[in-house]
Amino acid sequence: MLKIENLHARVEGKDILKGLSLDIGAGEVHAIMGPNGAGKSTLGNVLSGRDGYEVTEGSVTFMGQDLLALEPEERAAAGVFLAFQYPVEIPGVNNTYFLRAAYNAQRKARGEAELDSMEFLKIVREKLKIMKLSPDLLNRAVNEGFSGGEKKRNEIFQMALLEPKLAILDETDSGLDIDALKQVAEGVNAQRDPQRSFLLITHYQRLLDYIEPDYVHVLADGRIVESGDKELAKKLEAHGYAWVADHGEPAGAA
Amino acid sequence: MASPFVEALAAHATETLARLPGAGLAWLDAARREQLEAFVRDGLPGARNEAWKYTALRALERRAFLAGDADAASRAVDIEALRLPGVDGPRLVFVHGVFRADLSSLDALPEGLSLRPLSQALVEDAEPLRFFLSRGGEASADAFARLNAAFATDGMVLCVAPGAQIDAPVHLLQVGVPADDDLAWHARHIVELGEGASLTLVEHHAGVGAHRHLGTQVSDVVLHARSKLAWIGLQECADEALLIRRDRLRLDADAQLRLHALELGGGLARRELDAELRGEGARLDTRGAFVPRGRQHLDTRLDIRHVAKNTASDALWRGVADQRGRGVFHGAITVAEGADGTDAALSNKNLLLSPHAEIDTQPVLEIYADEVMAAHGATVGQLDERSLFYLRSRGIPVDAARALLTQAFCRAALDDLDHEALREYLGQRLVARLPGSGTDA
Repeated sequence: MLKIENLHARVEGKDILKGLSLDIGAGEVHAIMGPNGAGKSTLGNVLSGRDGYEVTEGSVTFMGQDLLALEPEERAAAGVFLAFQYPVEIPGVNNTYFLRAAYNAQRKARGEAELDSMEFLKIVREKLKIMKLSPDLLNRAVNEGFSGGEKKRNEIFQMALLEPKLAILDETDSGLDIDALKQVAEGVNAQRDPQRSFLLITHYQRLLDYIEPDYVHVLADGRIVESGDKELAKKLEAHGYAWVADHGEPAGAA
Repeated sequence: MASPFVEALAAHATETLARLPGAGLAWLDAARREQLEAFVRDGLPGARNEAWKYTALRALERRAFLAGDADAASRAVDIEALRLPGVDGPRLVFVHGVFRADLSSLDALPEGLSLRPLSQALVEDAEPLRFFLSRGGEASADAFARLNAAFATDGMVLCVAPGAQIDAPVHLLQVGVPADDDLAWHARHIVELGEGASLTLVEHHAGVGAHRHLGTQVSDVVLHARSKLAWIGLQECADEALLIRRDRLRLDADAQLRLHALELGGGLARRELDAELRGEGARLDTRGAFVPRGRQHLDTRLDIRHVAKNTASDALWRGVADQRGRGVFHGAITVAEGADGTDAALSNKNLLLSPHAEIDTQPVLEIYADEVMAAHGATVGQLDERSLFYLRSRGIPVDAARALLTQAFCRAALDDLDHEALREYLGQRLVARLPGSGTDA
């Protein structure tokens, strides 16, 4: 589904990703872990097409398409979804209006019929229930005045609504208490599907107690230095990221 | 020495003045002549005039306008096309400053509402107007105020009797249409609400077809104690027309005025709003958006003076400039000595959508009283890239995302407009001027 080969990316003149390769098959859940500054968030931003991230080498193929050649909205329509680490508050833009605009824009881009507001609201109500979110959230402005937990749940709710093929969760666990974390994880687990892949970007192993990954990768200094199954996350938790630096290769000066 | 602008307008002044409604009233003749002389003597404000610093008049100085429109009474106007949703009560229509009874709707006025053209009021009983029409020589008067005082052909005289609650909004419609010459027209309005009265007034400027006329308008708005005015302004002049307006507001004790204004049209459009909160407990709320694009220049000046104790004002204005559009905003709040307990707030946020667009904003706060709450702020910026990316990452195409954010930015100016049909309509008119609406040229 997603094939990243030898990806190099630069932000503000600084090389962040330095030859990252990763293969994600349909229905797989991959977790990328790593210390601060390893390039985790850069990866999410490069994949979703954010401005200011310059790819200097390598390729990303998504469902047979050159993902890097697409605009952010085209990536979304192709099925890529990024759950933001810091969802943006957008005062004055009504949530329902925003969601329908997004939903219909994606449908239109795929040559599907747009939904009218009644049809759309029906779907929205169903998905809200799954996320245990209050319907009054629909009448508010996008993320405005939401608590940290509400913002993250709103991201997962949007994912449920837009039904992407690849969901990238950028530190979705950060800043959440254990109850909010469980709710977010439940929302994600409810959307696991043989046709849907996940890339979980996280600093802590904690999230992986609730969303069980098929693969765990360790990102350090812009490269994947270690890959394994969920046991790898546990080792990291026990030994810290320094253990990878010593144990893995090349990953450093040792 | 006189510029082409002054020369053309002052030509045949004696004949022009003799034809004006009310000519022959000694006090009015004297006032008009005095204003004319001052206009000819001083001409247009120069570049060094602080009040015109950001709105240059050099190009205007070289232009000649024909004073008045002899054909105004017969020009075709499709009034049905200019109706506003939810506004179907009394209507007063002026074409190039000339009253058009055939287009107006003044039958069956609600009890307590007196609504007449100035031309008629001057013939019927000029004396009550004397206070308003014989002044105009105030210190801040400029060429346009003087021109208006000398040459105003007509206008609206609206009075609400004490205690009268007028439900149906009054529609004041002023229309410009194409003509062989560039015309200059002048309108003079007087609005007075008696104690405890209430009214909704819609001031609507419409341009039908391309033209480059110059309009001036001076309005006196007097709110007696405890009266309430909801004032909605929709300025949609032709894109090359000029419109210079001055509103002088006076609020007595516990009077309330709420203005919602959209400044959308005009090649050069300037609105000066001078408000005096002179009665204890008076409240003035102004909201507005100005949206210059192309080569439009839209200038809004607020001068709000708190004179009495416990008065409040809240100003919330948004500017969005696209292409080579130019916006100017000047918001001054003065809290006079003794106006203790004043609560004043002013916010002007602006958005530049193009590297060639410009907005100059200048908030001014002067406080001479104690125990005052005052806040003001002004910003000029661009669309937030993070918000833009967020919308795009959800699949919304970049142009639509920009339009969505721009609309959201302006929406604050209309949010608390109670008249629902007008709020929606004004929202649509605003969106139609913004990029990405599909009507953008």
